[in-house]
Amino acid sequence: MTNTELKREHPKFSHPQSIVPGVSAGNILESNEPHGVPMKDMWSHQKDHMQLVSPLNRRKFEVLVVGTGLSAGSAAAALGELGYKVKVFTYHDSPRRAHSIAAQGGVNASRAKKVDNDSAYRHTKDTVKGGDYRCRESDCWRLANESVRVIDHMNAIGAPFAREYGGTLATRSFGGVQVSRTYYTRGQTGQQLQLSTTSALYRQIGLGNVELFAHNDLQDIIVYNDNGKKRAGGIVTRNLITGELKAFTGHAVVLGTGGYGNVYHMSTLAKNSNASAMMRAYDSGAYLASPAFVQFHPTGLPVNSDWQSKTILMSESLRNDGRIWSPKKEGDDRDPNTIPEEERDYFLERRYPAFGNLVPRDVASRAISQQINAGLGVGPLHNSVYLDFRDAIERLGKDKIRERYSNLIEMYEEAIGESAYETPMRIAPTCHFTMGGLWTDFNEMTSIDGLFAAGECSWTYHGANRLGANSLLSASVDGWFTLPFTIPNYLADHLNEEKLAEDSPEAQATLAQSQERIDRLMGVRGENPHGPSYYHRQLGDILYHGCGVSRNVEDLKEAITKIRELREDFWANVRIPGEANDMNQVLEYGLRVADYLDLGELMCVDALDRDESCGAHFREDHLTEDGEAERDDENWCFVSAWEPGANKNEFIRHAEPLYFDSIPLMTRNYK
Amino acid sequence: MKLTLEIWRQAGPTQEGHFETVQVDDASEQMSILELLDHVNEGYIERGEEPFAFASDCREGICGTCGLTVNGRPHGPGQNTPACQQRLFNFTDGQTIKLEPFRSAAYPVIKDMIVDRAALDHVMEQGGYVSMDAGTAPDADTLHVNHETSEYSLDHAACIGCGACVAACPNGAAHLFTGAKLVHLSLMPLGKEERGRRARNMVDDLEANFGHCSLYGECADVCPAGVPLTAVSAVTRERARAAFRGKDD
Ligand SMILES: Cc1cc2nc3c(=O)[nH]c(=O)nc-3n(C[C@H](O)[C@H](O)[C@H](O)COP(=O)(O)OP(=O)(O)OC[C@H]3O[C@@H](n4cnc5c(N)ncnc54)[C@H](O)[C@@H]3O)c2cc1C
Ligand code: SF4
Ligand code: FES
Repeated sequence: MTNTELKREHPKFSHPQSIVPGVSAGNILESNEPHGVPMKDMWSHQKDHMQLVSPLNRRKFEVLVVGTGLSAGSAAAALGELGYKVKVFTYHDSPRRAHSIAAQGGVNASRAKKVDNDSAYRHTKDTVKGGDYRCRESDCWRLANESVRVIDHMNAIGAPFAREYGGTLATRSFGGVQVSRTYYTRGQTGQQLQLSTTSALYRQIGLGNVELFAHNDLQDIIVYNDNGKKRAGGIVTRNLITGELKAFTGHAVVLGTGGYGNVYHMSTLAKNSNASAMMRAYDSGAYLASPAFVQFHPTGLPVNSDWQSKTILMSESLRNDGRIWSPKKEGDDRDPNTIPEEERDYFLERRYPAFGNLVPRDVASRAISQQINAGLGVGPLHNSVYLDFRDAIERLGKDKIRERYSNLIEMYEEAIGESAYETPMRIAPTCHFTMGGLWTDFNEMTSIDGLFAAGECSWTYHGANRLGANSLLSASVDGWFTLPFTIPNYLADHLNEEKLAEDSPEAQATLAQSQERIDRLMGVRGENPHGPSYYHRQLGDILYHGCGVSRNVEDLKEAITKIRELREDFWANVRIPGEANDMNQVLEYGLRVADYLDLGELMCVDALDRDESCGAHFREDHLTEDGEAERDDENWCFVSAWEPGANKNEFIRHAEPLYFDSIPLMTRNYK
Repeated sequence: MKLTLEIWRQAGPTQEGHFETVQVDDASEQMSILELLDHVNEGYIERGEEPFAFASDCREGICGTCGLTVNGRPHGPGQNTPACQQRLFNFTDGQTIKLEPFRSAAYPVIKDMIVDRAALDHVMEQGGYVSMDAGTAPDADTLHVNHETSEYSLDHAACIGCGACVAACPNGAAHLFTGAKLVHLSLMPLGKEERGRRARNMVDDLEANFGHCSLYGECADVCPAGVPLTAVSAVTRERARAAFRGKDD
């Protein structure tokens, strides 16, 4: 690797003692940043010192890319354009369907064309501060600096960005920042970025540079010992149509497999989004960073029934005119319109007089959850609070409210069957984005050589809280403008090496391991059989309660115990009808739930271990005097990267200490 | 709500299929058709029986994964609405609902209600893109696009690739899908450069794998993205334009 002379020393760092039984301290991780260079210049310095692969040699390398979302799809297309031999895998039927397609709001870029005084510095600062200083500053600089090219490129390959009447790109201000740096295509920005990226991928497929394996679900990563180092040599996939398992090998493997929010059962992610690829990597020895860092969106459609398939995001703009409240009395099931003013608690306005209903996402989510957890939730399942347009309608008239929110109000009415003009809407915080993910170094390589991770499945950029509209950007920066540099740099060291053979013992052993796992799951014959969703639902409830918007030691401990019991129950009783060598959606789901159970446990361990509050990780035992999140920079200014321990219920916490040079550590305040 | 469902079962592409009748007496008006299927499947799974296979993902009308034929109509009775957003209040208590896969020669059945729509991807691979490598794009602000053109382009770029248009078409044509892409890219500042070549290549593939268009208009009626019917005429127009120009642009 490059820049070995530029390593960082950590004289001040020591691993804090863990309060979690079974957790032991591991290594200090090397970020592979070019230490000694200012953070803001690290990426350009890194690029300047990378190794290259000449065009004629590129065809000798085979790269396996898992996923076709913004991160993986763009990495596959870009590597294909450069001339590498690429195989790309997705469980979807078409590369276009990756969940990036569902993002609405927009994509940030500090192109700083306007005179509102935006800059790469400000973008970096917003990202680092937003993430509550639990990310790598140098990564955030790369994010800001490469954002310029992302917009140009996406526009060139087909994203019809919103335009001003003068013909230039339109921007809006998003996510509470004071400048206008969010580019958008109506409410379907993710769709247009995803489709443009897919087009670029289609082009490479048409040209024969990229081979697509749709309906192929990753089961395992082939990792072998290369002179004492773990190295990725391929993957095992299951063909979802035939059930056939197959080993594919290559010189490098890229995971761009998306976020793990579905561990909560109810989230704004697609039904099939999952954590399996990430967990397979974790099981193979790739460290998993900050799994407890999860963002909840305050204005989700509430869960109203046990058949509801997922939560849906409703725009936060609702909070501009809607007043959020809950009854003061526990279990108050009266018709909300009959609850008199003095028996209502407008808790956001009460607690945050300056910002009121417009406090940032995590603050709002937390306050709402606290009401719900205190038994003040409303609706059939007592799991939501009111968002009331009554006063706004009185003040502005119904027509004005209809003009502003009609599509949201209609959507709500279709889903819930109530008219928000007559009855207050109900909203609840819902899991929306996962900041944690596979730990990667500055080159986006995991702790396994040759295994790279990009997009939401990796931990990069967002720290303990993501800035709105930064994740479409991060997935794009990873795939289009990071991996096409760092993967060749890695491959250059392996020129003229044969890839691992598909029938090698290593590949076949991994294949057998995948088969075993499936056989084990199919073979469960318990006394008390249930399908996978029975367990997934319970896991979701445990996590929302124990490892949700706000956390405490007692609930986390209880959650860990309950998850372990649930996992026992699952492996003793889960029942998968049908056959393994056929299309079997229940088997697919069962494999997901098995991974969620392990992940859920690890998330709670991480949340309990991290003995501070930061960003979305809000620990009730670490609050400032006025009840806000209190970071502990003295002891916890590092990233926890987890490895399974030698025994069950044991975990090793590795650490990458974090340093900030242009954005000094400070706290935020929304009072 | 009480409903009688007739749901398609088909073990694989070459096996015979049939309808299986299922009685549901605890459906809710707010359920989507897919949630109704989830609910039915849940019962099968809990009893240890194999549920009905069907495709879906985002459940919010944007990914294009869902799609089945509901009482003979792709996606269901609601106009311009994907299956995942078709709710049961469009049906009456006691009604019989027939659920089967998209029916089209271009879509072989994989299992139950899941079909193979790869032929649509194939059309795209022939030219549904802009030939521009990462990093080579000019500044997007210097390539002016007027507001109206950009919005019109987006109306066509909005296609979610569900393939309902093909299933709705008596001829099994994919003109709405292909036309949408041709219009979208022909209006983009850099997409113009290969407009002719794109039209030739995509339309050749379209004609080889799908039916012809006789302007029935059924496609635009079911299209969840609301792609305008005029998009189908873009196929003929763009192809003719390319033939007369005889150039790549
Ligand atoms: C409702 C919603 C709205 C959002 N809005 C915004 C927004 O306005 N702005 C913003 O910046 N961000 C937004 N986000 C976040 C952003 O969309 C995502 O973080 C980002 O798109 C993730 O991209 P990705 O490439 O990492 O993953 P994805 O797009 O999820 O792609 C994952 C890919 O991996 C494949 N895959 C996964 N597991 C396997 C496996 N085991 N085997 C084979 N293939 C596999 C999938 O098939 C898929 O192709 C939003 C997210 C949601 C849910
Ligand atoms: S044109 Fe409409 S119906 Fe056809 S694939 Fe696109 S979204 Fe579906
Ligand atoms: S499931 Fe995504 S459009 Fe219906």
